[in-house]
Amino acid sequence: MKPDGRARLVGLALVVAVAACAAPTADDDGDTTGDVSGELIVFATASLTDAFDQMRDAFVSAHDSVEVVVNNAGSQTLASQILEGAQADVFASADTVQMDAVGDADELAGEPVVFAENRLAIAVEPGNPLGIGGLADLADPQLVVVLAAEEVPAGRYARQVLDAVGVEVAPASLEQSVRAALSKVELGEADAAIVFASDLVASAGRADDVPIPSEQNVVARYPIAVLTHAPNPAAAEAFVAFVRSDAGQRILADAGFAAP
Amino acid sequence: MSDRVSSRATSPVSGVAPPRTAVVLGMIGFALLVLPLIGLTLRTPWGRVGQLITDPVVLQALRLSLGSSLVALAVSVVLGVPLALVFARYDFPGKPFVRALAVLPMVLPPVVGGVGLLAAFGRRGLVGRPLAEATGITLPFTSAAVVIAATFVAMPFLIVTVEAGLRMVDPRLEDAAATLGADRWTILRRVVLPALWPSLAAGMALCWARALGEFGATITFAGNLPGTTQTMPLAVYLELERNPEAAYLISFILLAVSVAVLVTLRDRFLRTS
Repeated sequence: MKPDGRARLVGLALVVAVAACAAPTADDDGDTTGDVSGELIVFATASLTDAFDQMRDAFVSAHDSVEVVVNNAGSQTLASQILEGAQADVFASADTVQMDAVGDADELAGEPVVFAENRLAIAVEPGNPLGIGGLADLADPQLVVVLAAEEVPAGRYARQVLDAVGVEVAPASLEQSVRAALSKVELGEADAAIVFASDLVASAGRADDVPIPSEQNVVARYPIAVLTHAPNPAAAEAFVAFVRSDAGQRILADAGFAAP
Repeated sequence: MSDRVSSRATSPVSGVAPPRTAVVLGMIGFALLVLPLIGLTLRTPWGRVGQLITDPVVLQALRLSLGSSLVALAVSVVLGVPLALVFARYDFPGKPFVRALAVLPMVLPPVVGGVGLLAAFGRRGLVGRPLAEATGITLPFTSAAVVIAATFVAMPFLIVTVEAGLRMVDPRLEDAAATLGADRWTILRRVVLPALWPSLAAGMALCWARALGEFGATITFAGNLPGTTQTMPLAVYLELERNPEAAYLISFILLAVSVAVLVTLRDRFLRTS
């Protein structure tokens, strides 16, 4: 069954029929058997912005009758949008807390799977002019340190690592996503921010990376799931399979994520 | 609509009754404007207001918003009234362009204003960098930045209202005062300002309401830190994800303030004929 352009215009019934006919299975290159079409809406946490732009392009070149729209924001924002009834097919979160919040409201079609891991790092201005060497240096009250807000996964992880090493930081601002925190360093307004290591790959030189040693660091696990009210469940399943395929994992590795 | 119907509700105040389609579309428009307010009122957790209002996040946001919006209002009066005087009383080359620049923030997306404020007053900004080098003072992430952002978006409302009011002041009164020997300050204080008062009050109410509601420029330029830069609108946005009840309560407070401002301005906006 191969729907043409007109089939996109037919209602939900046909979408469901297509879903039934075209349950995709992934092989090693992320190709799926059976074809999918229509619009696919992916809610992906802010730290996945660049990786999922590439993921979308790669997925669309394998499935050219699918149009993928990616909505990026802090995981907590995406979760509350889903709980308020936003139309979305796939949710990719930066932590299990926000994924569970969505799951607790019966909004997940299946069990979430972890598809990537991330670590925290300190973002500093290019060249690290203040010579920030690690978490302990962030306690300096002269420094302008920006964190993500507590409800943002990166903000929660940042507090975990700071608490674990016993460093007290007086943040200048609590940003609504990890990328908003990073941008304050990129703009030169903040001296340091705790972000994900992958964010500094995406930053491409606008900020430098001060690594946090692994004994002080946390592992952030990124779960992905198809949503209960996904308008396009077939394409959603195909997209999740693609993210987990070798092709998808290569994109994530290039973007600074680790395999689960 | 039958032309025999002549009850008060269905006959037009003046002119010919509009087509029924227009009335229906108008009703839909009204519903679009009013339903969110009803929804907000219904979701406000009335039973827990006493408890929520003492929540530190709510209290801090209330205090900061009240303080920063009043300071922004004061700054707007001190700087905006003189600017309105210049616009109303002088002609100079390029005045329409200058005037347009001064009121641009009224139509500029506030987040763009925030990016502009960073470019001007940020640590790497046009004025911000020399300021930081000379004095060590940096504005972003401070309560001062909240006031600057609020003033940037709100002062134009005061300027346009006061300027329009100044054009209504009878110039013969000023001429008469001058003939009687009054100096410029005395004329401004004793003649212009008393006549201007209704416009100034309306401009101040609009300016304050806009300052109180400011979000985009604030979160971009001042950041978000409870007690320092997290104003009520920022608290609504962030608490919605953590403590929705607090967000609904703060939203309702802002709604009530807006209604109060509108009532204050009823002679301007709520006249029925």
